[in-house]
Parts: sequence; structure tokens; C-alpha cells
Amino acid sequence: MIAAPLRNLVGRAFAALILGIVLHAPHLAAEPLDYRLEPRKIADDTWVLIGKTEDFNRINGGNIVNTAFVVTTDGVVVIDSGPSRLYAEQMRRAIARITPQPVIRVFNTHHHPDHFLGNQVFADVPTAALASTIAGQRQEGAAFTDNVYRLSGDWIKGTESTPARETVGQGVTVIGNHEFQLMALSGHTDGDLVILDHSTGVLFAGDLVFYNRAPTTPHATVAQWFAALDRLDAISYRTMVPGHGDPVSDGRAVRQTRSYLRWVEGTLRQAAERGDEMAEVLGLAVPAEFAAIPLSREEFARSVAHLYRRYEAATLNRPH
Amino acid sequence: MFRLRGAHVALAVAAVCLISGGHAFAATGDDPLQSPQWTDLKDRYLGTAKVVFDPRVVVSGPKVAEDSMNVPVGIRITGLTDVRRVLVIADLNPIVKVLEFSAKGAMPSLHFRMKLQQGSPVRAMAQTADGVWHVGGIWIDASGGGCTAPSVGRSSANWTETLGQVQSRIWQGEAQSRVKLSIMHPMDTGLAPGIPAFYIERLSLQDATGKEWMTLDTFEPVSENPVFSFDFTGPPPAGLTLVGRDNNGNRINAKVAQ
Repeated sequence: MIAAPLRNLVGRAFAALILGIVLHAPHLAAEPLDYRLEPRKIADDTWVLIGKTEDFNRINGGNIVNTAFVVTTDGVVVIDSGPSRLYAEQMRRAIARITPQPVIRVFNTHHHPDHFLGNQVFADVPTAALASTIAGQRQEGAAFTDNVYRLSGDWIKGTESTPARETVGQGVTVIGNHEFQLMALSGHTDGDLVILDHSTGVLFAGDLVFYNRAPTTPHATVAQWFAALDRLDAISYRTMVPGHGDPVSDGRAVRQTRSYLRWVEGTLRQAAERGDEMAEVLGLAVPAEFAAIPLSREEFARSVAHLYRRYEAATLNRPH
Repeated sequence: MFRLRGAHVALAVAAVCLISGGHAFAATGDDPLQSPQWTDLKDRYLGTAKVVFDPRVVVSGPKVAEDSMNVPVGIRITGLTDVRRVLVIADLNPIVKVLEFSAKGAMPSLHFRMKLQQGSPVRAMAQTADGVWHVGGIWIDASGGGCTAPSVGRSSANWTETLGQVQSRIWQGEAQSRVKLSIMHPMDTGLAPGIPAFYIERLSLQDATGKEWMTLDTFEPVSENPVFSFDFTGPPPAGLTLVGRDNNGNRINAKVAQ
């Protein structure tokens, strides 16, 4: 065992060594931040940028989300603008490598930061979302930006929350040679825009669907989410693009999202009914089926914070 | 040619640190959570009494606070007899002391939710009859702002109508029972601009004869509309009532629903 004064000395020397290494590694700071966006073609005229199935961190810079674009004969339609100014700038360059067509419209599927904080880069383009989404962007955008900056650092520099400027609702929109059906659903948030491209059969599901990445629930209303998943099941499509995780050509991603949410809901309700406290619920085991989904342990803990009090409140009685 | 390599820089910096006395490295004593505040807080709250870090004092909570206004914390003390009082503190909160409780017949355990301004150790410090403090704790990370944000209820016009209302439930088991209570109260910390401190400061769980089974002194960091759970060995006493007051003199008096 090292005597205390010596231990302090060693500790200081070690800390200083770390400091020395940091000071002496300018190449780390000099490396340009590159999201390495590689559009993947999933149908005629249709590309997706697949994000990592991770949480925000300083390595991925928030590239944890799927965005997409459709090249129509009138111009490019963008679906979600990503987590930062830098992401959207690099997204526009990636689009320009594929087509000379200009971007003519941006849709935000909902108001979460990874889906719309790139909007400021599309100041020259109509940006559109559901009314409830725009309200959420206005109300929470600044706080989201602070939080994302805290989680991802320099990647987020210069990003300013820019709510969509145009309200869209349910209906069919024809842009060039593509016919888009817009569906106003809810459940993941108060406004979840789902876009079906009738011309290609691609369904952009937004964050109503997660695949091999645990769903997040900070603004969720679970009953509405189940209803939205049932609506998605009733749609025929060739390819579904979830908000997070790989595109699929069948109902597996919807099934996974539904069964995960059923487990979360059932677990929280049962725990509340037997009088569990939140700190105890955090310690409950995640069954193997869901433990295999990346981030399920972390997201379950977050969901306890988001949802548990509602179930708990339903178990308490007023005094007589 | 001489190149200044990393190791040289490190040695140079180390030398500067030693000369300046290395104030950046505060003494954390034997604190398992390595908090820079611990030695000061120990002196302030526990004085000169003997202090031991004790695994029988178990604090549970999230690793990361998803909602820094409502961070769930559980305290369970097992195998320690004669616990007289338990202090709960969060070292790095602007208001350090969260609450203090005395289980006078209830089990020496408690669940509640609190506000965290930033990542911090959360500790339970239990004093036994011999005067010794037994300390357990965990580190909870938080993005912050829990103490300086206005309470959510302030944005609704009718919060005064529900002030002090209590909802409750008893889960009765043969070996152990639980009483869970929620109390409507803004629990304003006084740190949000323009809103003075307004919080519940005393709660007592009494039976039909007026005997106290659990008393709490609560402070600003306890969450808005606080929820508490108390555990009893065997069935709970009959006719439990929650009696209390806030720092403005408002009274709380509610029968615990069966």
C-alpha cells in the first residue's frame, strides 16, 4: 500500500501526464468532423441515410437517426433534417453528389431533435410538419439543442433550433412524378407524420417504428402508439423505413416495436399495482427477448422516468 | 534536435502542480464516491462523531437522472439495529440537505423523489444509538437544472385548490407492508427567479392513538407533489394519519386510505 502523501503525489503526476497527453495531441482537435453520410438506395429515386442504433454521443455526433430523400422530376423531397447544422450541410452535399436537382421541400416527421435540428440549413426551402410538431419544436427546440450539445459537443456547434414553417395535415401531395400520402398519427409524440410514397411503395414511418434499437418514450402516449401501429399494419407497402434501424420489407419492425412497448406497459402497470417504487422498478430484469435489442436497458430506465407516475397515480386513493 | 515530447510536458506540468500545492486536487478522504465536498460536508453535518462507510446502508436510484426534477431514490437499511435518524444529502446540490427521517416503528427505509441540479453523490447517513454514523451512497449523473426550474404546477391556475391534498394506498403483506403517499405541493426551492422557497418541512405518520411511527423533516430538494413510501414489518398500524406542515404554515392532515 502506498502512504497517503506519496499516493497524492502519484495521483498528481498521473493527472499531469493525462493533461500532457491532451495538450500534446492537436491532431485530435484538428480532424474535421465528418458524419460520413452514405446514401443507400432502397427504391427508385429513393435514398436513406441510416444512422447508428446508438444514443447521442461525442463520437457519433448525433448521427443516430434515419433521414431520407426522394428525387422527383420537380426536385428533391427531404424527410427529416438530422440532428445538427453540420449534419444537414453534409446531407445536402451528399444529395448533390447524387442529383443536380434542387431540394424543394423538407418534411419533419416529429419534433424530436435528431429529426429536425438540421432545418436551419434549409432556409431556402419550404419546411413542413404537422401543427402539433411545429408547436413542440417552438416550445422545446432550444432546450433540445442545449441538451444535444451537451451530449455530442462540437458536432452541434452553430446549430439553432429552426421550427418548420409550413403546416401540413392529412392528405395526398403530388410532387413531380411522386404521389405522397401524408398521415397524421400520434403516440411516439403528439404529432407523428407518416409518409407513404405511392409511386414506389416506400413507407416512411418516423419514430412510430424502431427496429433493433429500443424505442424512446419521452413524449409517448402508449395507447395512441398502439393504435398508430395498428394503422401501419393495415397499409400495404414494399419497404418501410423506421425512424431508427434498418429498413424492412415486412411487418417485423412494427411487431418488434409493439411487443417491446407492450412489455414496458405491462411491466410498469404490474409494478405500480403491487406498490413498487420507481427505484425498485429500475432494477427489474429485462427479458432476454428485449435485452437483445440495443439500448433496451437504458431506454427502459428512461421510460420508467417518463411513464411510471401515470400508472402509479392510478393506484392511489383519495382519503375518506 | 530537441523535441518537446508529451512526457516532458507532463513532467513540467507536474512540477508546476507540486510547487503551487496542487489545489485542484481536493482531499476526498476515504470517501468511496470520491466527492470533493465530502470532508467539508462530514464536518458540517456529522461533526466529530465517528463515521463509517457501511454496506448495510443501501441507496438505490438511476445511474443517470432522466428527469432531474424527479429523481427516484430508495434507502434501505438492513442488519443495523437501533437506527435513530437518517440524513439524506446530495453533495453537489445547491441545497445539500434533502430530508431527514426517524423510523420510530416503521422500518428504517424510505423511498422518495428529489431534484438534482447536476450529477452528485446522494447519501444516506444513519446514526445508531451509540452515536456512530453509518454512511451509504451512490453517484447519480444528471444533466441538471432540477433545482432552479420553476415547479410544473405553477403553470396551472388552480394549484392552490389542491395544495396539501393527499392520495395514498396501503399494500398489506404478511411479512411486510407498504404505505405509499403522494402530497400535492409545489416544493419551490427559492432558486427559480421570482419564486420564494415554499416547501413541506415536517411530516409525521401517526396511528389512531397519536403514536408516531415515522417522522420526516423535508427540505427544498424533495420533488414537487412528493411521493413517499414507508415500509412496515408485518401489517401496518391501524388508523394511520399523515400530519404535517409547510414553511408557510399550511397544515397537512389526511387519513391514509386502506
